[in-house]
Amino acid sequence: MKQFFAFVQKEFYHIFRDRRTMLILLAMPVVLIILFGFAITTEVNNVRLGVYAPSQDEMTRRITERFASNRYFEIVSIVKSRDQSDEIYRNNEADLVVVFEQDFQNNLMHTGSGAVQLIVDGSEPNTASLMQNYATSVLSQFQSEMTSTLPSRTGSFTIIPQVKLLYNPQMKSSYNFVPGVMGLILILICAMMTSISIVREKERGTMEVLLVSPMRPIGIILAKVVPYFCLSIVNVITILVLAVFVLGVPMAGSIFWIMILSLVYIFVALALGITISSLVDNQVGAMLASAMGLMMPVMVLSGMIFPIENMPAILQWLSTIIPARWYITGIKKIMIEGLPLEYFAKELLILCIMGAVLITVSLKLFKNRLE
Amino acid sequence: MNMENNIVIHTDKLTKKFGDFTAVDHISFDVAQGEIFGFLGANGAGKTTAMRMLCGLSKPTSGKGTVAGFDVYTQSEDIKKNIGYMSQKFSLYEDLKVWENIRLFGGIYGMNDKQIAEGTDRMLESLDFTQERDTLVKALPLGWKQKLAFSLAIFHHPKIVFLDEPTGGVDPATRRKFWELIYDAAEDGITVFVTTHYMDEAEYCNRVSIMVDGRIDALDSPSNLKKQYCADSMDEVFTKLARKAQRTGD
Amino acid sequence: MLKYLLEKEFKQFIRNPILPRLVFFMPVLMLLVMPWAADMTTKNVNLVVVDQDHTTYSNRLVEKATSSDYFIMAGNAGSYEEAMQQIEIGDADVILEIPHNFERDLKKSGISEVLISANTVNGTKGSLGSGYLSQITADFARELAAESGRTATVDIRTPQLDVIPNIRYNPTMDYKKFMVPAFMVMLATLICGFLPALNIVMEKEAGTIEQINVTPIPKTTFILAKLIPFWIMGLIVISLSLVIAWLVYGIVPAGSLLSVYVGFAIYVVALSGFGIVISNYSSTMQQAMFVMFFFMIIFILMSGLFTPVSSMPDWAQKLTLLNPLRYFIQIMRSIFFKASTIANLWTDYIALVAFALFSNIWAVVSYRKSS
Repeated sequence: MKQFFAFVQKEFYHIFRDRRTMLILLAMPVVLIILFGFAITTEVNNVRLGVYAPSQDEMTRRITERFASNRYFEIVSIVKSRDQSDEIYRNNEADLVVVFEQDFQNNLMHTGSGAVQLIVDGSEPNTASLMQNYATSVLSQFQSEMTSTLPSRTGSFTIIPQVKLLYNPQMKSSYNFVPGVMGLILILICAMMTSISIVREKERGTMEVLLVSPMRPIGIILAKVVPYFCLSIVNVITILVLAVFVLGVPMAGSIFWIMILSLVYIFVALALGITISSLVDNQVGAMLASAMGLMMPVMVLSGMIFPIENMPAILQWLSTIIPARWYITGIKKIMIEGLPLEYFAKELLILCIMGAVLITVSLKLFKNRLE
Repeated sequence: MNMENNIVIHTDKLTKKFGDFTAVDHISFDVAQGEIFGFLGANGAGKTTAMRMLCGLSKPTSGKGTVAGFDVYTQSEDIKKNIGYMSQKFSLYEDLKVWENIRLFGGIYGMNDKQIAEGTDRMLESLDFTQERDTLVKALPLGWKQKLAFSLAIFHHPKIVFLDEPTGGVDPATRRKFWELIYDAAEDGITVFVTTHYMDEAEYCNRVSIMVDGRIDALDSPSNLKKQYCADSMDEVFTKLARKAQRTGD
Repeated sequence: MLKYLLEKEFKQFIRNPILPRLVFFMPVLMLLVMPWAADMTTKNVNLVVVDQDHTTYSNRLVEKATSSDYFIMAGNAGSYEEAMQQIEIGDADVILEIPHNFERDLKKSGISEVLISANTVNGTKGSLGSGYLSQITADFARELAAESGRTATVDIRTPQLDVIPNIRYNPTMDYKKFMVPAFMVMLATLICGFLPALNIVMEKEAGTIEQINVTPIPKTTFILAKLIPFWIMGLIVISLSLVIAWLVYGIVPAGSLLSVYVGFAIYVVALSGFGIVISNYSSTMQQAMFVMFFFMIIFILMSGLFTPVSSMPDWAQKLTLLNPLRYFIQIMRSIFFKASTIANLWTDYIALVAFALFSNIWAVVSYRKSS
């Protein structure tokens, strides 16, 4: 046991010596939480609006004012001609241009219909639908006010939708990202760091020295893993504390279960790291294997950024073997929705099975290489 | 013979400190052209640091130094044009072939394709290496690698060649052959500055200096040193001097 | 001298067991798989209906909602509580509750209300879902009005705003079209960021850098010899990915190919210079890797690649001005979608050139031949 601690101590020295890497490992979750919490949002606001109103009448002015006072819009330019709108888009000066038809007010008052065209920059489909939604609702509000000022109210029907947003009423996108950030950071530290640091010893030949020591090979690997395990726990706690106190994410579920689920996930990630380290011989290989084999799938297939249900069946199927997918879903259920054990038992069980399989495989691989 | 004109390395109280630690402590010596100058010392005595300063890899903290007539503080790039260097850690490109390494370093020293091609043939022939021309360097045995590294260090006919423990980890027979190469180079007028901790190798040098704790404690020809310290071999001289050392090797 | 060094770099690259394959397979893999996974369109919003009214009107409204493209009927629930349970287990995203007396109120006073509850753990889904649902109820009200208008006196024409949406640039609202240029940028970023960052450290770890430092080779020549292969590699990767985008997705830039290449060339130069800077300051590959990783994550998240820059708070938007990726994404998307020219985007190009100069000068200055 004493031997074991000596080894663990050596590994800690390695980590503490390399201040820069350690600083980054500790700062990464903080930076990510701050960026996701305060800077990055999938919400669409500050839509830059261009207006083209050839008739310049009372009605177009009133509608333009409506847009100007709406919190989602910011009028950036009054377009002089239809052709100019193309130029505005090419220069990236506007996201949406409202085009009133010729003689707008006249037509509206006399034929009962005035055409308004919304030219939306549709490069990003979600943003485009949201912008169109916002603009349409500004216009229909104007419409209904206009209607209500008319003398006759026959035939008017109004259904008032009472919208209630659940769990995340301010609609901060950050809530979504917290579990994702946890899934990413833990993979990064556990799998990537461990695999690289084990391979590094191989590359430098120091692994040989360790292996001839009386310590059993399993012990050497475990000793390598312990410091990263500790670092991961520090990170989980940092993220949770930041999420609750800085982002104000409500901790709806039990902290106990969050920790349990995280521990299982860390275990899976460490086993992955050991597996990678026994499959490759050099540091570049280990890095690329963990970056390509772990980071990319975690970011893309885990549902952290892109919804899984939109993926083609084959990728959905592929995503089921990615541990982060189950971890992120599980953490969402506990932390944000506050559900009890029976709802996330499936995720927990899958992670446990993955962990058991991976650790068996990785230790076997490690032993095979020695023989 | 006018000694002054033939001095190729001159140092005066050259010092290097790393924080509080004085790695090289006021060393002063001169090396004449064509000399084989041995630089001896235990591990951690400061040999490599001193050599790195002379090669322009490390800036001195204080003192004076010139190599091939150029100042170590301000003209390190000029020094580099006139020296060859072989480090303690084998540092040719392992993933390049033998001829590719030669071509690379020839090119770096400003030789043209023709000169390089001719030089390569001549060198491989004299080393008896012709059949290994297309071998990746990493596939060569260590002794061969070191001979190749040395030949490369003098490929561009430098005035001085610096060798940092060139024969570490090599069997005695190969070491002897290696020293033959060193003698050949010295005969061509190349000054050889070599660090080593093999005392038998010290006997091969024209003059040796012995470093203890960053200082030069003795400097003379091997026979004079043996006389001075009443010793039979350089090994004994060294043991007597090294006993005073405070630092332990790393 | 440069010639010999370049020869060396290329030979080393070709002999590396991993790198040539990486440079070829990464674009292929990334562009074939990622765009399918990276679909953030909000479709398949699962709707659960609580109909307390069970009348013709309520049935019509439910029918209208479920027959729209946006929603998938997840089921009927007897009560709000029951519907909430479906949300909790993740089977439903939005609840539409039609209160008792819905039809009676509408017929009597022309006003009634519905309750929309959206699970906004996924913010975009929640807001789009509730937005669509509100629109559908508004449409429904208009339908009712039109019907009753037909039967009532037709004398008074209600002025109608005729809103014509015109989605430009990506009319089919295809997310792949939006993401493919982004993934090209990401590819260039990963390859021309990580490989240079590892390159010089690799020589440091192998000890060969010492042999180089003791030669009279000028710093600028050495760094240039390190950079040029990455510039070439970057352009190969880009050409490869442009071909894949064209063959597989039929996506070609709307603007000129020349301006795409000019942009890429400047960007690749800027980024590889930055990679070398990191390599110069690092002593181990692990360190270089993590430092680069840290910057990469920030660059990518703060670039507008996944989320709009214009939605960020002021301070964050100002920070993005320091991010070369931001300008490049802007350039690429504008050229791909809007056929922008270099003249339209000259400020972005200038910004990239400034980065390129800055990072490359820094790369040369920070490379030290002596300590």
